[in-house]
Amino acid sequence: MKRIIKSIFLLAVCLSPFWAKAQFDGEFVKPRNGKFLLQNATIVTVTKGVIENGSVLMDQGKILAVGKNIAAGDAEVIDCTGKFIYPGMIDGGSRLGLVEVNSIPETQDFAEIGQVTPNMQALVAVNPNSVAIPVTRVSGVTTTLAVPSGGLFPGTAALINLNGYTPDQMFAGFKGVILNFPSSARRSTWDRRSEEEVQKEAEKAEKSLNEIWDRAVTYHQLTKSGVTLQYYPEMEHLAKVIAGELPLLVEVNAANDIVNAIKWIESKKVKAILTGVAEGWRVADKIAAAKLPVIVGPMLSIPTRQSDRYDAAYTNPGKMAKAGVKVVIRSNDAENTRNLPFNAGFAAAYGMGKEDALKAVTINAAEVFGVADKLGSIEVGKDATLFVCTGDPFETKTQINFVFIDGYKVPMNSRHIELYQEFLERSPGLKKN
Amino acid sequence: MKKIIIAALMVFGFGRVESQTPKGSVLIKNATVLTVTKGTLENTDVLVENGLIKKIGKNLQASNIQVIDATGKYLMPGIIDAHSHVALDAVNEATAPITSEVRMSDVIDPYDIGLYRALAGGVTISHALHGSANAIGGQSVTLKHRYGSGNPSDLVMTDAPRTIKFALGENPTRVHGRGNGIQPRTRMGVEAVIRNGFNEALQYKKAWEDYNAALKQKGANPIPPAYSERLQSLVDILDGKVIIHCHSYRADEIYMLIKVCREFGISKIVFQHVNEGFKVAPELAEYTMGASVFADWWAYKFEVYYSTAYNAAILMENNVITSINSDSGELIRHLYHEAGKAQRYGQLTDEQTLALITINPAKQLGIADKVGSIEEGKQADLVIFDGHPLSVYAIPQMTFVDGVKYFDVNEDSDDRRLKVSATEALEPIYLKEHEHRCMHGVDFFFTNFGRNLFTHEH
Repeated sequence: MKRIIKSIFLLAVCLSPFWAKAQFDGEFVKPRNGKFLLQNATIVTVTKGVIENGSVLMDQGKILAVGKNIAAGDAEVIDCTGKFIYPGMIDGGSRLGLVEVNSIPETQDFAEIGQVTPNMQALVAVNPNSVAIPVTRVSGVTTTLAVPSGGLFPGTAALINLNGYTPDQMFAGFKGVILNFPSSARRSTWDRRSEEEVQKEAEKAEKSLNEIWDRAVTYHQLTKSGVTLQYYPEMEHLAKVIAGELPLLVEVNAANDIVNAIKWIESKKVKAILTGVAEGWRVADKIAAAKLPVIVGPMLSIPTRQSDRYDAAYTNPGKMAKAGVKVVIRSNDAENTRNLPFNAGFAAAYGMGKEDALKAVTINAAEVFGVADKLGSIEVGKDATLFVCTGDPFETKTQINFVFIDGYKVPMNSRHIELYQEFLERSPGLKKN
Repeated sequence: MKKIIIAALMVFGFGRVESQTPKGSVLIKNATVLTVTKGTLENTDVLVENGLIKKIGKNLQASNIQVIDATGKYLMPGIIDAHSHVALDAVNEATAPITSEVRMSDVIDPYDIGLYRALAGGVTISHALHGSANAIGGQSVTLKHRYGSGNPSDLVMTDAPRTIKFALGENPTRVHGRGNGIQPRTRMGVEAVIRNGFNEALQYKKAWEDYNAALKQKGANPIPPAYSERLQSLVDILDGKVIIHCHSYRADEIYMLIKVCREFGISKIVFQHVNEGFKVAPELAEYTMGASVFADWWAYKFEVYYSTAYNAAILMENNVITSINSDSGELIRHLYHEAGKAQRYGQLTDEQTLALITINPAKQLGIADKVGSIEEGKQADLVIFDGHPLSVYAIPQMTFVDGVKYFDVNEDSDDRRLKVSATEALEPIYLKEHEHRCMHGVDFFFTNFGRNLFTHEH
């Protein structure tokens, strides 16, 4: 008896390390920091040409070396034979992270109440744990501009990298104040306002825009001259735009509105980027002459006018690029921000060409956002934010193999992939037993 | 009664078949022919005569018809969209949970520029559905994109079977339960509304059978039951004359309707949207005519939050007849690209992927013997692409319906409107198509729930 008790005791001692842990099946894969050598790939650097059979060495979030015959040292080697390396794609405008389920108001954090709320910070409302973030980043889209929407000055957009557990870990170094420029266009094909109503609302909005702007200029001049003013967060924020500390992202789409916006921007001498720009092709020369960069998209849109050629939206970025405009592409989506490369693909097919379309989702975006020292191309010293794939990332057939963001190897997993794994061969199938 | 219906069919139905829609003849030379059902044929000619595919082969000759050199180009069957609301003046008759008496064939707008835009994306046939406000909606119509005629009936594919829209989940419960305070408010109610409808239809059928039997009795003078178009349409579903196309998202509600249909002996049912179809793929494969899905749409409302872009691939690998549809005037323009996403998400083969927008939707609409592949004897609905249609860089070049060319990328003028509004001084500028038109005409119901009219409502 004693021996039996003793052996049970021994067994218990032996098993105790296992008992200490709950019995979970499978292992959770986390983003992993480290020193990695991506070996023997075709490297599409974007800014320095294409390197065949090349390697990329990364450590502590930075690219240490790019080229042939790089020694691995103590780096973890990842064989990329037959594969391609691209810089992470940057979406010039998205709602990703600001909304979880589009129709449920409780999850809509992109639009505040009020016409003038430039102090609303998108970065504050970015949910690092949004289910849509892993869904997006496994497509090679690593960086997005989180854009608030709503009134005349709906808030401040922020560039985020799609890895991190706090908004600050995700912040990628750019902010801009959104201005929805008074619009003479209809919001959608369901917008049934009359011509007069549309016109009246646009005129009213322009009048109120100028009043607000004048007030902001006054606020800025007074504070600059040392006057202490009452707390006025909206004006405090707009004053930063007037001071040139933050650029203005001017959402404008109809051709006439674009021309008006250009005049307005020039008269206010403000640093601006045009966004939307659906009819940019109609006034491409004027945009180019004004030297304003544009963030355009989505390409997968209907033409703005029934009389337009069916492919007007597809050809828009190519026509602007040809006129000499610096073009950035956006998805203007949330949960399907992963379609950014396909938008670029359509732009490429319809006149922009592959090379320019690739720039429009990488280096052009980085330059327009002032982060080209960190993002937008594969160069030594830049952030290790890139991806490995089987071919042209604009093609739907291409598979994305690895994604690195700030040097972290992010898991190639998402809820969409988990559901695929669970249900491809369901168990039980049709019959349980 | 039956005689009257048959007589009516003779007058209207057959009359329509005989009213000639244009049929063309053309010889397309030296293309890479993606037949979908019989493999890929390199350097092959396709001869079309009087709207039908006459011959597929090499070095075909024909006199007195247009010859198109398609060297280096790809020829595929006209794309079929199993879920659209193109060319419809109205979408939802949202006045009762069952409105099986209304017909979309009564509200066709042949002037819709969306038809041309769809042709420019290679789409030759679309299934124009009633909306999703009601558990049992109206009867839908299968359209051939014969753009250019001002006569609505020229667009109707007269040899397609009848179809009807059903809808489960959030839309009917929101419109009727929460909007009107009547059943259904829950997924229990949706099941009950459909079940009650079928049972009433059975009673109605029996009443007419009793009446017709009584008529045969000598000297009998029975009173006929009141005619109901609504119940008669449900009888036609029970008799297998109408294919159900059911708006649905969640696995539980899909499974519910499969069970109800099996109980009433209905096998002609296709599920639409079916975002959680992948969870009940074995059941869909066994008991239904399949699933017509989006390539990647999700998270626009709660019942599509647990979706996956791998849905089409999972369904295909489980032998569910699967198609990819648009439900949108925007997506309908690039269904070849939407289908291509099933290669990103699930690595389907080219042939499987092309089937998603050709032969599979044809099966779901009951027209697979007529269209959906390039085969001799089939209707000549064809598209020429300058590259492989599953490449993002491929651009449709020409689109034919019944052998007649309705789109030519090089020859068409930019402005393809058939009519211009006389009341508008300025042409309106639209920033986007309202993506998903299923709830068109019932947007006023949303205002009660604090929803933004301009967010997606599918």
